[in-house]
Amino acid sequence: MRAKPATETQITHRRRLWLYAIVGLIVLFLIAPSLLIVPLSFSDSRYLTFPPPAWSTRWYAAYFGAIEWREATYVSFAAAMLTMLLSTTLGTLAAYGLQTLRSRWSVLAYGAFTLPLVIPAILIAIGIFLFYAQLGLNSTLTGIVLAHSVLAIPLVVITVAASLNSYDMNQEMVARSLGASRPWAFLTVTLPQIRISVISGALLAFITSLDEVVISLFIAGGDKATLTKRMFNALRDEIDPTIASISTLLIALSVILLGLSQFAQLRSKK
Amino acid sequence: MAAGVGSTIGTDNLAPHQVGRNAAALRAQERAEQWMLGGLALPGLLLIGIVALAPIVWLFWLSFRDADGMTLAHYARLLHPSYVITLASTFELSFLVTSICILLGYPLAYVIAQARPRIAAVLLLLVLFPIWTSLLVRCYAWLVLLQRRGLINTWLSELGLIDGPLQLVHNFTGTTIGMVHIMLPFMVLPLYASMRAINPDYMRAAANLGASPAKAFWQIYVPLSRPGLAAGIVIVFVLCLGFYVTPALLGGGRVMMWSMQIERNVSYYGDWGAASALGVVLLVLTLGILWLLARVIGFDKLTGAR
Amino acid sequence: MTITTISLPISIRDVTKTYGRTAALDNVSLEIASGEFITLLGPSGSGKTTLLMVLAGFIRPDSGEIRFGNREVTLIPPHKRDIGMVFQNYALFPHMTVAGNLAYPLKLRGVDRAAVEARVARALDMVQLAGLGERQVDQLSGGQRQRVALARAIIFEPRILLMDEPLSALDKKLREQMQIEVRHLHQRLGMTTVYVTHDQREALTMSDRIAVINHGRFRQIDKPQDLYERPNNRFIAEFVGESHFLPVEVRGGVAYFGERAIRLAEPPRHTAFAQFLVLRPEKLKVIDAADGAELNVFPGQVKEFVYQGESSLLYVSLADGQPIAIRQPAGSAQRAPPPGAPIRLGLAPADTIIVPPEET
Repeated sequence: MRAKPATETQITHRRRLWLYAIVGLIVLFLIAPSLLIVPLSFSDSRYLTFPPPAWSTRWYAAYFGAIEWREATYVSFAAAMLTMLLSTTLGTLAAYGLQTLRSRWSVLAYGAFTLPLVIPAILIAIGIFLFYAQLGLNSTLTGIVLAHSVLAIPLVVITVAASLNSYDMNQEMVARSLGASRPWAFLTVTLPQIRISVISGALLAFITSLDEVVISLFIAGGDKATLTKRMFNALRDEIDPTIASISTLLIALSVILLGLSQFAQLRSKK
Repeated sequence: MAAGVGSTIGTDNLAPHQVGRNAAALRAQERAEQWMLGGLALPGLLLIGIVALAPIVWLFWLSFRDADGMTLAHYARLLHPSYVITLASTFELSFLVTSICILLGYPLAYVIAQARPRIAAVLLLLVLFPIWTSLLVRCYAWLVLLQRRGLINTWLSELGLIDGPLQLVHNFTGTTIGMVHIMLPFMVLPLYASMRAINPDYMRAAANLGASPAKAFWQIYVPLSRPGLAAGIVIVFVLCLGFYVTPALLGGGRVMMWSMQIERNVSYYGDWGAASALGVVLLVLTLGILWLLARVIGFDKLTGAR
Repeated sequence: MTITTISLPISIRDVTKTYGRTAALDNVSLEIASGEFITLLGPSGSGKTTLLMVLAGFIRPDSGEIRFGNREVTLIPPHKRDIGMVFQNYALFPHMTVAGNLAYPLKLRGVDRAAVEARVARALDMVQLAGLGERQVDQLSGGQRQRVALARAIIFEPRILLMDEPLSALDKKLREQMQIEVRHLHQRLGMTTVYVTHDQREALTMSDRIAVINHGRFRQIDKPQDLYERPNNRFIAEFVGESHFLPVEVRGGVAYFGERAIRLAEPPRHTAFAQFLVLRPEKLKVIDAADGAELNVFPGQVKEFVYQGESSLLYVSLADGQPIAIRQPAGSAQRAPPPGAPIRLGLAPADTIIVPPEET
């Protein structure tokens, strides 16, 4: 039986096995490190050696038991929720306004929205730090949310604008001809149809805030230290094995959020 | 063309169609609507502008000032050997990481682009997964794996390949490995997008005309994937230039990157002049390289605007 | 102005819309009677859709005035104009069922649930889609979607209906069927309807009046029959109906084709020197050598016979090479001489039309 060709140049899968093997290793390289932390977090050893001498949940107990970790977790999640809400609202409105306007200004504005993704994070971080120092916004939840939103809004704008691009704006026109005002037409006709991308943007905003390191290092001080800041410091000083348990929990969260996002996208293509 | 009721002196220099019934009111309505729509983007723009962009302008200004007034001293100091070494090692690491990402990323993107939709979806998910995982978690994973008693060293000595544990982390090697891990998805995704857009008819035509599979690949496919490759290279390179977390954690103090110099000047020395000068240089380099890419593949593809 | 509870007259006065240097609408004016079905007919880019959008309020003119009945609506936003509109691509809401689509404008007007259900059912009935209320939009065929779009536009009983080439996406048979259905709907409901199309046959079929528009200006506004029988110029004659044209010179009220004077029923309406004789294929007749004393006779040579089912086209070239065509209905009287055969075509004076070229 002739093997089915894999490409237009008539190469079969069998002859490219070496390619698939290499790619498999690369994929392993991408996935394995994060996943290996999971079993290691249940290791009893302080040094997380492999194989672990014994199994235990002591590092989870250390995480939940320490007040600094609990506080940091609260700060990070609160900041992530608020960032998600703020960025999704502002970003969706901005994307809608720019897409509907279609003038020279909208192209410029669009570029301005992508600037935070282009400028190195360390530069944004020290700029915000300096700015906040004048206003006393360092080490406040408000300050953290605003700073994280700077990074999250562009992501929401890009996500929602892309979906608006392939959306038929005629429908809003029809809704308006039937008697709906612009805001009502947006709410009842457009928003339900772009809600997948809005949700994607929101999840992206959430995870961006939760995982944000560099800016938080500068502006999230004192009792408003984020989880990321504490983890960073702990990693710098010594490899605190508690981080293994936190990592596992964060990985689980990532899997759930990524799954949700993909699920939402799949459902929209029913 | 009859002037409508209500036309007044002072409208003489308007074109005929601008003077007419309701002309002024219609113009005003149109303007108001434009402002309203544009105004939707205003809150977001203001937030970004005030919180992030204005301070950077301020930093730019600060880089030219010290206690006595305007000066270029901060920039002059950057010519000091230690800064030059930092710049060199930053570029060195960025080049190395980018090159490795090309080597690893191209085959991966190629296989995903050619795979059946189901398999491609799974592979893409696996590539996306690291991006959705916390940066610190991934750095930590490498710290654990590469440490003296970590997984890699344990396996290598069990396989008899080494006599003693290798110093794989807290140095340049560990930093490189970690950075490649972080940057690889950013190389794969634009490459994949570009490869997907390659019309399979080109490859069929090449085969038809007698090209061997290898030739068709190198002469047709690779050049067609150039936009995605260019985008990937620039994105990864630019990210590496300004990267802070991974070198700070995996470098063990032996790797000094430009971003770390910035951080040190702020946190340790409180020298805002030096830090802002360093920052400005980094920004100029970043924007310069991006501008080059925009020239090569077109600005609209970069921002994704319509 | 007749204002009733079911229809409103429309008054368009001096409306201009310029894009850069081009005038999409050039100071156009039109009075539409209450309950009239008027078609804006023109080639693409003529401004017909622009005018419709101005009526709807989606495009703001640079100047001018629009009135619905006594009410000036020029500055009123689209959602307050209370008009029904059917778009070219239907634009049904995919995230709602058919019933949801129909209920949308009613809910906006605060109609209570029971009344909504009743009116939705009645609207579905009126467009022969009874019982399909719970279907999703993507489960419908093109023709069904068009009917839903139509039902949605009239369910709230607007007194003005605007339609932008609504049938252009349908295949020929369905289109012709829908043309008649739309006509019936108009007769039944009686609202003033402005219909946009580039298809002259469609316009002739459906309209009370046709307004031919080109380059942003009205060229002729007339009843279909008058437009067809008495076009103002060559553009109209060419656009509405098939024709061939013979160049004629008009001197002293007589039209000369070469040396010969054309027998006319009345003097040419225009005084221009260089004009055209309009030859409608169905008005020409094949005549034998002996006949045709009172007709205008054009001798020529047969070029091609094209069978078209219910009728046929016979292409003939005249002595000087001018091509003309004659349409004959199928039947015993149909003549199909072989190519190259000599033939004589006749045109009655009553069927002659002399038109000037289009003014720029």
